[in-house]
This record gives sequence, C-alpha cells and structure tokens, in this order.
Amino acid sequence: MEIDPFIFRLSIFILSIFIGYYVVWSVTPSLHTPLMSVTNAISSVIIVGAIIAGLAGNSNTIFSTSSIFGFLAISLAAINIFGGFLVTQRMLAMYKKKKKDK
Amino acid sequence: MLSANLSAIFYLISGVLFILALRGLSSPETSRQGNLFGILGMIIAVTVTFLSIGNFSTGFIVVLIFLLIGGLIGAFIAYKIPMTAMPELVAGFHSLVGLAAVFVAIAAFLNPEAFNLGSPGNIKLGSLIEMSIGAAVGAITFSGSIIAFLKLQGIMSGSPITFKGQHPLNALILISIIIITYLLCSTQSSNLFWILLAISFLIGFLLIIPIGGADMPVVISMLNSYSGWAAAGIGFTLENTALIITGALVGSSGAILSYIMCKGMNRSFFNVILGGFGATEQSASAKNKEQRPVKSGNADDAAFLMKNASSVIIVPGYGMAVAQAQHALREMVDTLKKNDIKVSYAIHPVAGRMPGHMNVLLAEANVPYDEVFELEEINNDFANADVAFVIGANDVTNPVAKTDPQSPIYGMPVLDVEKCKSVLFVKRSLSPGYAGIDNDLFYKENTLMLFADAKKMTEDITKNL
Repeated sequence: MEIDPFIFRLSIFILSIFIGYYVVWSVTPSLHTPLMSVTNAISSVIIVGAIIAGLAGNSNTIFSTSSIFGFLAISLAAINIFGGFLVTQRMLAMYKKKKKDK
Repeated sequence: MLSANLSAIFYLISGVLFILALRGLSSPETSRQGNLFGILGMIIAVTVTFLSIGNFSTGFIVVLIFLLIGGLIGAFIAYKIPMTAMPELVAGFHSLVGLAAVFVAIAAFLNPEAFNLGSPGNIKLGSLIEMSIGAAVGAITFSGSIIAFLKLQGIMSGSPITFKGQHPLNALILISIIIITYLLCSTQSSNLFWILLAISFLIGFLLIIPIGGADMPVVISMLNSYSGWAAAGIGFTLENTALIITGALVGSSGAILSYIMCKGMNRSFFNVILGGFGATEQSASAKNKEQRPVKSGNADDAAFLMKNASSVIIVPGYGMAVAQAQHALREMVDTLKKNDIKVSYAIHPVAGRMPGHMNVLLAEANVPYDEVFELEEINNDFANADVAFVIGANDVTNPVAKTDPQSPIYGMPVLDVEKCKSVLFVKRSLSPGYAGIDNDLFYKENTLMLFADAKKMTEDITKNL
C-alpha cells in the first residue's frame, strides 16, 4: 500500500514545529524584536504561490482575475520581504558590545 | 525548466536556511550572519519558482514590475521607520502576510489548474480544506493586525472596546466558520468561499478590539503566530516544503513569544484574549482614592543622589519610547560612567509594546547590549544598588504584585526596585498605570518622584551632574 504524499508533508510540518520550538527558545530575549521582523520576512516566502498565480496565464489571459490577485500578492509579499530583512539588518547593526578600554 | 524533484530539493534548502536565520538570533554576534542566511533562502526560493515555471514571456515582466514596486516600498519603509515605531511596523507587516495569504488562496480557488489542484468547482478535497484554512487564518491575521496597528499608532483608542454579548457573538462566528468550511468543501460553492473570507475578516476585527494597549505584546506575538499558520496552510495547498517549514517555524515562534509575554504578566493566554483588562479595575481603584503624601524633587536633587551613588540601575518602560528619551538617557549614563558610577539596565519582559522593544531602543542609542539585563539576571542586584532610575515604567515595578493577593496584578513578576537605597521615578503625574492600580512605590520613604517629561528630565539631570 502506498503512503499518501500528504503524510510526508505533514511529517515535515510537525518536525518543523519542534525545530521552531527549540530554536526559538534559544533566541536571546534582547533580540525578540528582530526575531519578529525576520519571521515576518521569511513567512513572506508565500510569494512563491503568488508568482505561480501571476505567471499562470498565457499571452491572452495575463490579466485574468486569478493572476491579478497573484500580482497584488506579489507586491504585498515583496514589501514584507524587503522591508522585513532590511529593517532586521538595520536593527541588528545597532547591537554592539561594550568597548573594552573604557 | 527545472524538474519538480530538483525544485523541491531547492525549496528544502531554502527552508533549512530559514531555520539557520532564526538560529543565528541566539546571540547578537551570530545574528547578522543569520539574517544573511534568511535573505539567501528567500533568493533561492524565488529564483527556483521562476525557473520551475519557465515562463519568461510578458507575464514575467509584469511579475517583475509588481515585485519591484513592493520591494521599493518595503525598502523605503525599512530605512525611514524610527525605531520607536517598531511595534506598529511589525503589526503592519503581519497584516500584509495575512492579506497575501488570502490573495494567494483566492487565486488558487479561481484558477486551480495553475496549481495542479483540479479544476474550478472540482478542486481536490484535501487542497480545498488546506486552502480554506489558509485563507481564513490569513483573513483573521489581516484584520486583527490592522486593529493592532491602529491601536499602536494611536489612531484608535488603546483602551479595550467591550460590549454586551461579545464573547457569545465571537463564539458563534467561530462555529459558523467551521460549518461554512465544511459546507464549502462538500459543495465547492464559490459563494461560500467569499462568505468564509468575509466572516474571517470580521472575527479578526472583533477578536482584537477588546484587548487593551499594554496587552499588545501578546497580541503582536499571537498575530505573528497566526501569520505563520496561514503560510503553512497555503504551503500544504501548494505542496511547497519551504512554505510548510517556514509556516511551522513562524507559527511556533509567535506562540512561544505569546507564552513568554503572558508569563511576564502572570496572566493566562485566555485571560488576555478575552480582553477588557484594565477597564473593570479602574472603578475599583477609584473608590479608595485617599491622598497619600509623596516626596517630589527636581533634576538637581536627582543629580545629587546619583552623583553620590556607586551603582545605578535604570528601569526603562513604554514611557521612554513615547518621550523618545533613549538618547538623552544614554548621555546621562555616559556622564555617570565618567564619574566611575556603575550603571546597568533592567528590562522587564513586557516593558514596551512588543517583545524586546526596550532592547532595540537602547541598542539604537548605542547602549552596549552587555549592560542590559533581563529580569531574572538583575533582580537580586537591586538590594545592593544605590539608585534605581525608573523612566517610563510603572506596573512592572509595583510591589503590590508581591504583597496584595487582591490586586489584579498579584503574582506578576516585578522588578524589586523598592529594595534600592533610593528610587528616582520619572513620571508625568501620579496617575495609575495600565492595570489601573496605584503604585505603592510612589509613597515609599526612599522614593523621589520627578514629575516631568522623561526626555526633558533626563537632559536636565545630565546638566546638573
């Protein structure tokens, strides 16, 4: 009997929750704000779905309703990806150690 | 064109890079490298998607244009946003993830062939269930985050909005979401799909309006979690490993942060979610409003106390963010350090409006992160410190949480500020904090109240040092 591919995806999902659990507990509390902004950025990998929807049409159906929703989703996700990673970078650049000679 | 197997491997790689991105945040040194891993993961995922579709005609150009528009807006916001506005920004970003999830679900529902999910009106059952969950959670994330954004921005009042029958109404809507999802999956009716989206938007709105401003750390973390689950739901629909892994990571990350925030307030998750905190307590405290004597002082007195101290602990709170006092504070501390006074910072887990809010502001003001301590690390040091400088914090220092079982904040972990030899409390007035209760600390023998704007007071103290 064959196993439904859904079960494999479910396995990945469940194991990732556990990975997330342990990885996030090890995040230092002082970096909780960058954690939120970077999770924001990476969850925007949903853009792959938006790109599939946006590219689904042929030359006559580029602007079908489905593709338009895809295009809009691409822009929304792109705001998050660029905004999220860059603002995280900006924040992390500010975390500095004490200068030793003071 | 990339084969399906090869692209799946690449999606897996980008999922692993996202895990490493979060792993990097375990210390500030590795965090910057972690962020680069995240960016690399995203570039791989997007590139692989283009290559696996292999359609580089007019559509591709249009996609690039939309990508560029979004990217420019995002980059512009990221560079312009002041650090004090970070909670609003994160809430705003959550709403975008939610809306993007909804749009992708709509696109997949209207054109399932593009996603290999069957044909319109005959979508594979499993995919339809996953799609509905992704769409509903995405819609809730969207409207909930919009409300959180409006409350944080001050456009909407931060006080809880409650009305009679609120909880039964919410429960009814949640049940109807489940029923409609069931009907949608059995009938494939597009009308039901739109109704599902509409009531999901509605419930997101209703769930967040009763929650007050200072509970926002929990709300933001919770919405962070929701945005992850929405992404995972869409990931199942698209059979995309990168999305499933990321959704699970973000979902559990938000859940852990919510837990940490709830623990920081000693309140159960449901207590926060059901909302209305603060609205009911105010009447109780108004009853026994007796005038008690307080000692108040000016910048000169404060400077004198600090000059004669050998160690000072600074307790920042939301008020510091509102007054934008972090830079003035750092200048004051620099002056103190020149006088060989030991200075450290004590951060309560729920200080500010989002997890880690104070840490970011202090980092922005060039405070080295190894001078900043969490509650458990520093709480024993108050007894040995000479001066505690409380700037913009209130409830998190209230000793009532340890002594009065009747108090609404009883049991909440608080900073033992009262154990210091003297306490300087910068505050604009004696008004109670968010929990609506009086702070006993104001009336202690060793407390000196400094009634002023946090930034101005800090600057004045520096002048007098």
